[in-house]
Amino acid sequence: MAKPLLEVKNLKKYFPVKKGILNKKEKFVRAVDNVSFEIYNGETLGLVGESGCGKSTTGRMLLKLIEPTDGQIIFQGKDISKMTDDEIRPLRKDIQMIFQDPYASLNPRMTVGEIIAEPLIVHNMYKDSEEMKKRIHELLGMVGLSSYHSVRYPHEFSGGQRQRIGIARALAAKPKLIIADEPVSALDVSIQSQVLNLMQDLQRDLDLTYLFIAHDLSVVEHISDRVGVMYLGKIVEITDKDTLYDNPLHPYTQALLSAVPIPNPRIKKKRIILEGNIPSPLNPPRGCAFHTRCKHAKDICKKIAPEFKEVEDRHFTACHLY
Amino acid sequence: MDKKILEIKNLKTYFFTDNGIVKAVDGVDIHVNEGETLGIVGESGSGKSVTSLSIMGLLNDTSGKVVDGKIEFQGRNLVDLKEEDMRKIRGNDIAMIFQEPMTSLNPVLRIGKQISEAIRLHLKYDKARAKEHTIEMLKLVGIPRAENIYSEFPFQLSGGMRQRVMIAMAMACNPKLLIADEPTTALDVTIQAQILDLMKKLKKDVGTAIMFVTHDLGVVAEMCDRVVVMYAGRVVERGDVYQIFENPKHPYTKGLLKSVPVLRQKVERLASIPGNVPSPKNMPKGCKFAPRCKNVFDKCWEEEPPFYNVEENHSSKCWLCE
Amino acid sequence: MSQRTVREVAKPNENEKMEDIRTPFSEFWRKFKKQKTAIVAALFICLFFITAIIGPYIVPYDVAEPDYDHILEGPSSKHWFGTDAYGRDIFSRVIVGARISLAVGLSSVLVGAILGSILGLISGYYGGWIDNVIMRIADVLFAFPGIILAIGIIAILGPGLYNVVFAVAIFSTPMFARIVRGSTLAIKETVYVEAAKSIGTKDKRIMFKHILPGTFSGIIVYFTMRIGTSILTASSLSFLGMGAQPPTPEWGAMLSSGRDYLGVASHITFFPGMAIFVTVLAFNLLGDGLRDALDPKIDN
Repeated sequence: MAKPLLEVKNLKKYFPVKKGILNKKEKFVRAVDNVSFEIYNGETLGLVGESGCGKSTTGRMLLKLIEPTDGQIIFQGKDISKMTDDEIRPLRKDIQMIFQDPYASLNPRMTVGEIIAEPLIVHNMYKDSEEMKKRIHELLGMVGLSSYHSVRYPHEFSGGQRQRIGIARALAAKPKLIIADEPVSALDVSIQSQVLNLMQDLQRDLDLTYLFIAHDLSVVEHISDRVGVMYLGKIVEITDKDTLYDNPLHPYTQALLSAVPIPNPRIKKKRIILEGNIPSPLNPPRGCAFHTRCKHAKDICKKIAPEFKEVEDRHFTACHLY
Repeated sequence: MDKKILEIKNLKTYFFTDNGIVKAVDGVDIHVNEGETLGIVGESGSGKSVTSLSIMGLLNDTSGKVVDGKIEFQGRNLVDLKEEDMRKIRGNDIAMIFQEPMTSLNPVLRIGKQISEAIRLHLKYDKARAKEHTIEMLKLVGIPRAENIYSEFPFQLSGGMRQRVMIAMAMACNPKLLIADEPTTALDVTIQAQILDLMKKLKKDVGTAIMFVTHDLGVVAEMCDRVVVMYAGRVVERGDVYQIFENPKHPYTKGLLKSVPVLRQKVERLASIPGNVPSPKNMPKGCKFAPRCKNVFDKCWEEEPPFYNVEENHSSKCWLCE
Repeated sequence: MSQRTVREVAKPNENEKMEDIRTPFSEFWRKFKKQKTAIVAALFICLFFITAIIGPYIVPYDVAEPDYDHILEGPSSKHWFGTDAYGRDIFSRVIVGARISLAVGLSSVLVGAILGSILGLISGYYGGWIDNVIMRIADVLFAFPGIILAIGIIAILGPGLYNVVFAVAIFSTPMFARIVRGSTLAIKETVYVEAAKSIGTKDKRIMFKHILPGTFSGIIVYFTMRIGTSILTASSLSFLGMGAQPPTPEWGAMLSSGRDYLGVASHITFFPGMAIFVTVLAFNLLGDGLRDALDPKIDN
């Protein structure tokens, strides 16, 4: 078995919340609670879950945009979770991010050329400004834009084009791992497929590894090799794509999959309608976090949190049913 | 013959901005039959939301204006109505639910008050009866502890609960037509499943006609009887849900259907529609889809195609169907 | 690395022409040119600038040379604004005074703006105790009425134009610091700053390349209005005898020297007073117009 490019072990992020002025006792939002997974070279790991499940926080911790509370992030054999800003800066070249909102993630006061040049300047990659310009034009070409776009400002572009600019910026420093946080969810349907295809082409051509964070199960299925499902700060199930979609084990994964509307009017799906809402991560339920909405919930689920274990070959889940 | 409850004829809604006229809706014909669910599908800029705002007469706060066409609702042309008469229809005969439930609920008014005021205004109920009816509505949309929720504020509810409140408010006066503009887009998949389930149940029990505006083809396939596809301010294809999904005729509809990833339908590469929606300043002369169409030929650039009937109740605005 | 695949995707609308490039400036200009009052104010300020630059070379009379044959004369074709108690031409003195007022107004605000912006940027970006220290000092300065603060500073440093500049700069600083801190706090949380951090951009570059330009619109608006206020304050200090000393043709000093003749020759105070009034008004109106044009929320 090859060594993983990135290994996450027991990653935790607790955000402190102060309740009132008098109440000194600190409470914590357990945004990410004991998450472990690996990403192998050249693959796409999809991370799905509903809003507030901690998937974006996880992605941001890998880039150290959010400081982890506890746990290890081992990238190419080095634990980066406790590195200082200066130690980590050279490694930043290797991990880049694509953001959800193509409107907010580009500085409106910089031209497209300046935006794409930023990583090149920050990492001092080109001494010669002509060569840097050539590189910017090459990057624009790679994402399907033209060189003359480099002198324009982001607001002149449509959402899909802006996301291409964001991708060009992420590619500029020749990264190994790209963390894509809902990269297509703000885009129109016909533009989504353009960006997904582009990401797949780039992965093939440039030997990229993706962590693809999204809430859309169909999109995640399309682009991923393996998929992890998150609920309330924890990964409840992780395995390769086909196993997960054909044979989901965790009741939450089952409900999630059954809830996806299928664009085919003949298919009348039997749907597992989950009752109620996602509990607050401020007061997660004791035992299994999902037991409040799970129809299989037994007494043990209310008391003891299930262990995350390999139930089938390379198929991990955290549920007392198995 | 189905009875038409709403008939839009040659609707033109233009926005008058500093940078010129934006023809958001330009000659749209749509009708809704009694008791049916009509899906209006389109991407941003297709004019689908502007169409629903035009019906509701909610363009006053914008630079938009209906410049031509008729919106006939139960024999009355809504375009000519005075604001005062329109207000009587709005919320009473035609109700609307929006994408973002938080912005359409008044944050400083208790939930019960917001609903019961509408009931007292339109149905002329007294205070006690209005309260009773409100709680009944809240129960109908599946809100637990309806009596308690009655005196709570919108911020105390989750997104899914707020959308339920919006639906309760919209349905409170027994509207004949419900316009739902992307009602589940802001919600999580499992919550979306709850809301869709609820809307189906309400449709079956109450028999309200629904105009369902969305970009999500899965939701359309599941919810709608008939579908209207919009592009660049025009209707490009209309038919029943089976015709549209199984035998699409317009290249845009075909492209749209192929460009969405579908659960468990393994495709290596998504088909995509190249290019972007044309900007209002650069509208092509002939068919508005011509620049992105793979079947384009000379005539498409010259002249805009009319509607051609391809089957019973199925027509497409494309020269290929001539 | 080469482009191996030919992308079948999206060449973006090729029919967009290069002419309709919309830069942030053209956006600003589109909105600004609708502000008629502000444009008039801007034209007046241009005139004021030109006067300040070339004024001393074109004035008909020497501003310091007394002419005892023509004292306290009212406006006439020879002396448009009349003469003062020493027979000096008031029109010439007002013209030459424009340069002093502009120099004092501009330089004091410039110093205040640079100092305040840097402090505000640091305060907003780093937060914590640095923020606390800087903002509490700003609060203390805010607690003094500006003019009293300036008088205090001059009492320590002694009267003179340079000290006026310094005093006015000191009490302009906290407001700039607050404005810049506020925008910094907002911009710090934007996704594009997060994106810059994710790339590995250093703090200094984020502060000056990504955040500071975003605060410019607020700075420019306040800068413009502040020039007016500073001219007023500087004139007030001179009026009180703490700034420009006679016979310098400073507007405030001229007001002061005309004070004794208010009953017999009101034109001595009227014309410098008008100059102050019109100039301050013009800067304020321009500031208003700039705010409307620079605020992204105001867009018809």
